Amino acid sequence: MIDILEQRKSQVSLGQTHADGIACDKASLAGSVSQRACVFCGSRVVLYPIADALHLVHGPIGCAAYTWDIRGAVSSGPQLHRMSFSTDLQEKDVIFGGEKKLYSCLINLIDRYKPKAAFVYSTCIVGLIGDDVEAICRRVAAEKNIPVLPVHSEGFKGTKKDGYAAACDALFKLVGTAEPEPCELPRVNILGDFNLAGETWIIRDYYKEVGIDVVATITGDGRVDDIRRSHRAQLNLVQCSGSMTRLAQRMKESFGIPLLRVSYFGLEDMSKALYDVAEHFGDKQMLNRARQLVSREISAVLGQLEGYRAALEGKRAAIYVGGAFKAFSLVRSLRTLGVKTVLAGSQTGNRNDYQQLRALCDSDAVLVDDTNPLELAKFVRDLGVDLLIGGVKERPIAYKLGVAFCDHNHERKEPLAGFVGMVNFAREVYRSVASPVWRIVRSAPPAGGRP
Amino acid sequence: MNAIQNANRPESADAPTSNACKLCSPLGACLAFKGIEGAITLLHGSQGCATYIRRYMISHFKEPVDIASSNFTESSAVFGGWDNFSLALDNVIRQYRPTVIGIATTCLSETIGDDVDGFMRQYKPPQDLPAPEMVRVSTASYRGTHADGFAGAVRAIVETFARTGTPGQHVNLMPGMLSPADLRYMKELMVDFSLPPVVVSDYSDTLDGGAWSEYQLIPPGGTRLDDIRSMGSARASVEFSSTADASASAGAWLQEHCGVPLRAMHVPMGVRWTDDLMTALAELSGLPVPDKHLQDRQRLVDSLADAHKHMMEARAVLYGEEDLVIGLAATLSEFGVMPVLCASGGRSGRLASALRELGPQLAEAMVMEGADFAEIEQAAVALQADIIVGNSKGYSMARRLGRPLVRVGFPIHDRLGAARLLHVGYRGTQQLLDRVGNALIQAKQDASPVGYTYM
Repeated sequence: MIDILEQRKSQVSLGQTHADGIACDKASLAGSVSQRACVFCGSRVVLYPIADALHLVHGPIGCAAYTWDIRGAVSSGPQLHRMSFSTDLQEKDVIFGGEKKLYSCLINLIDRYKPKAAFVYSTCIVGLIGDDVEAICRRVAAEKNIPVLPVHSEGFKGTKKDGYAAACDALFKLVGTAEPEPCELPRVNILGDFNLAGETWIIRDYYKEVGIDVVATITGDGRVDDIRRSHRAQLNLVQCSGSMTRLAQRMKESFGIPLLRVSYFGLEDMSKALYDVAEHFGDKQMLNRARQLVSREISAVLGQLEGYRAALEGKRAAIYVGGAFKAFSLVRSLRTLGVKTVLAGSQTGNRNDYQQLRALCDSDAVLVDDTNPLELAKFVRDLGVDLLIGGVKERPIAYKLGVAFCDHNHERKEPLAGFVGMVNFAREVYRSVASPVWRIVRSAPPAGGRP
Repeated sequence: MNAIQNANRPESADAPTSNACKLCSPLGACLAFKGIEGAITLLHGSQGCATYIRRYMISHFKEPVDIASSNFTESSAVFGGWDNFSLALDNVIRQYRPTVIGIATTCLSETIGDDVDGFMRQYKPPQDLPAPEMVRVSTASYRGTHADGFAGAVRAIVETFARTGTPGQHVNLMPGMLSPADLRYMKELMVDFSLPPVVVSDYSDTLDGGAWSEYQLIPPGGTRLDDIRSMGSARASVEFSSTADASASAGAWLQEHCGVPLRAMHVPMGVRWTDDLMTALAELSGLPVPDKHLQDRQRLVDSLADAHKHMMEARAVLYGEEDLVIGLAATLSEFGVMPVLCASGGRSGRLASALRELGPQLAEAMVMEGADFAEIEQAAVALQADIIVGNSKGYSMARRLGRPLVRVGFPIHDRLGAARLLHVGYRGTQQLLDRVGNALIQAKQDASPVGYTYM
């Protein structure tokens, strides 16, 4: 029997409850076992895919060790982002200050790896011992002639969302510091796609085909110089809005670049992402090319999707992801497959997000903000869920209860974005739900003895 | 060259750590607390510490790992963490109904100087629920590694709960950071010697359990609190470690405070050290080595002969926790493999001397304390390694080097069955022999243009 903690009840809607929307945007409840990480985590995951930058974690070893190669964000060139660098602070550094060590580590690593820029992540301890990270970064930047950017990501100073903001602020310092080659085509930046399993490449190719030049991908397969030039784009396309809206807003204020929210998951959202851009540019030919692309791609995948739909019709899914925007796409994609979403939630959704989610799901769907393993387990059982979608930390909850699971987080190896991604998604859902293992997992062992 | 080369990085060096070969001490404490029945862990610090450690452990064990956090905010960092501490305990007790709460600190709460012992005395659990016992360990992540956090938590568990009493027949076992399969093997072995074991920490079920028809608040398994209490009246303690300091050893504490005689042993890897263990258990029990285990030994010894040509003079790179590296070095050198590099992220200062005792095959080995993977890789290239044995974090190095990686220890994030790997005893040695031998055979087979079908 699992009870929901009293202080958590405002963040959980059991369908018809919470007419004004669920509470959200708040610090995790102490002792609740939130699935969220911390401010540092928010910054680290957003900046991680920038492949030609040095990412130095200033703190004790854990923060760097647990984020070593943590995301399947692939690069077409440099692989420096997949290394884990730490100042590995020791007790004496905590007592006497870590500035000297930070300086020496930065010089050492920049000399060795010749990065295009360096990000220096402050962890909890740095916020306490009062290292002047800004000053060290300025000094090293002047000596080594590359941008050295402090990321104010002390773990306890807010939530994962504040970490996104700190990452955006660090990125923004790069924007507008270099000029791109002239280009005839309309230009965009792709924000908030992290090139997991090469997804950014799929999206980039689609835009290229409809006649759009992509200046910078931020941060999937990201490069420092592209980000420096990204102020010359005419439009920012923002996926994963929770992490990247702040950067887009700042680019709008300073460079007048409008922003458009998009999602590349599912047939509907992917098509819309192409049409919206063509409409934004008011270019009929572009819109035609987008239509051709969409109709070609959809007709290529529709047959396969119908096969999967036939097998999955009527199944019930629970979705718990980092950003709510992804949940919208997942609800729609699952609907394409005939799967009903009976629970949806996110770590970092805001009021608007949950209103949209409520409108999108059936009225009896459970909504959760910043949930925990016991709540998830309870709902997976109570709601008769056939499939849980989440990340690594959610996986054992499903498997222990004999329920299928799909990773829609850092560890996926097959692209789930774009039209081709929808087929991959459908295949994974099918292979997970239809596996014969669940019958065995749920079966009783032989009792033995006399009947 | 006849002295062990020592390539320790001085602790004072202001050099970066690149791809660490260690984890932070709170992780070790979280692992150790998983071995008490009905226990849940609270990390007193930022939310991220708990979440990262959970993710790291889940990827290895593929089991639920719930770790609560007191979820510090800026105001807790300024005014102290008491409010969050007590709120977190309330909520953990309400949700999980634990019998024990293991509390580990983080760098944040340690540095602001929270008096956690005082907090624990001050704390009043919710009146409508049974009050759990509490045990706490100090694990500032800037001090030591996960191995130290593990040892510290084991010691804290014993110090907090063990009491003297009427002498019993049971024997304490502090095996260190072993796999669930290792723990099951050790328990089976001791039962076979008619020595009822009390194991701290025993996460063999909690981190390698079955499927559930109902979700379990706390995974079943672990050592019962009453059994831990009885450790002070045990017949003896057996503790595995080649590098433990008496001040960190639970066995030393039980000897000093409860008069329980301690048998401090190496982690029983390889034939010789397993023989030592069998001798010790035979002495403790007054019984001969059970036939079943002698047969394990006979099969192992026979297979050494079968395998030796594939092993002799193969150059191995070993890394991981110091005790594991020493155990691997002892085992592989019995096979004829030459450990050319023995590296650990830990810094007990005892790694080199323990390896030196292993004899001539270790004479030329390079030993690195406080090492990271960038340094290990550089050395592995220079030393022309044939095979790499360690946790899965060496995969990218092994891939670049084009050398086989035999995965052992923790973490193993890229293979199934990490919890089922056996490292200790005759059976663990057998498994290691087969896996290392086969990796060398496969490397030779794959490298040959012939495509041999008999090897």
